[in-house]
Amino acid sequence: MNNSAIKQTDFEIRAQDTICINESQLQHKWYHNIKYLIVGILFGIVFVKAEVISWFRIQEMFRLQSFHMYGIIGSAIAVGVLSVWLIRKFNIKTIYGEPITFTPKKFNKGQIYGGLIFGLGWSLTGACPGPLFVQIGTGATVVAVVLLSAIAGTWMYGKLRDNLPH
Amino acid sequence: MIEWLKQPWPWYIAGPLVGLTVPVLLIFGNKHFGISANLRHACATCFPSDIKFFKYDYRKEFWNLFFVVGAFGGGIIAMWLLADPNPIVVHPALVNELAGYGINDYSSMVPRQLYNWDYLLSAKGLMMMVGGGFLVGFGSRYAGGCTSGHSIMGLSTLQWPSLVATVCFMIGGFLMANLFLPVILG
Repeated sequence: MNNSAIKQTDFEIRAQDTICINESQLQHKWYHNIKYLIVGILFGIVFVKAEVISWFRIQEMFRLQSFHMYGIIGSAIAVGVLSVWLIRKFNIKTIYGEPITFTPKKFNKGQIYGGLIFGLGWSLTGACPGPLFVQIGTGATVVAVVLLSAIAGTWMYGKLRDNLPH
Repeated sequence: MIEWLKQPWPWYIAGPLVGLTVPVLLIFGNKHFGISANLRHACATCFPSDIKFFKYDYRKEFWNLFFVVGAFGGGIIAMWLLADPNPIVVHPALVNELAGYGINDYSSMVPRQLYNWDYLLSAKGLMMMVGGGFLVGFGSRYAGGCTSGHSIMGLSTLQWPSLVATVCFMIGGFLMANLFLPVILG
């Protein structure tokens, strides 16, 4: 596919099966991304210190033996809901003055089948994708294999996508 | 101060901090929080293999790779400067159950007796690390997001498909922890 063809279908494909995309229309030099690196560092530290990346905490959660993880996820959602509400209500813009936009997601059966598959993997590895990166940072180097396998799983999904029920 | 930071942080400190990621990324540049997307960007960057799903302008999503590189760095910094010398404290019933599988090393974030290079090529090790990772990558993309994209970002914007996905994540997790994992580890 040449570049102009990519431009035409880019948003459609980039937004396929994902919540998380860059909706900004601005182009920046690479070093503007350093702020995301810093947010990532803080995020990683919180994940270690609150033991979110602990395999043991995930096992506790799925055995209803501790409130800890439910408290973290619940209060994170509460803060997220409140801040998105504030952003919408006061029409808050980005630091570059761009409007903040939200694209509603459509339901498809992938959220059920994929969700169940992901849940099985989450409980087995004790990590969702974020913690995988942080765990490797804490010195559990073998988790790099888990991460590579997750990339392989994603690739396999891309390969089979058109033949899977959605 | 540092001594205080070294203790495990309670949920009511950590949860709101994780939640703040949502507005911070939006305000920094209209970016929508979600980590599993990086697995796809890795495929799009390194092995697009002529698959349409991987043919998009991944450079536009490089910000997210900076984010996960940061998260990796956060793991290093936390262990280097803020490590808690005490092993993690979990529910006694879990300690009991895991002892039955020969797991009693709580010194790392992952059970060292399962997550080590020597164990990788055993049947259990392959199932947990290679199999588990595959399920995480395949499932999160099939679902259109993981815990960050659906459960935090999606629910923060009140999208009901994200609630469906989150409920399914939990069902899958409960099934694995209570039905399959005892068989795999037993």
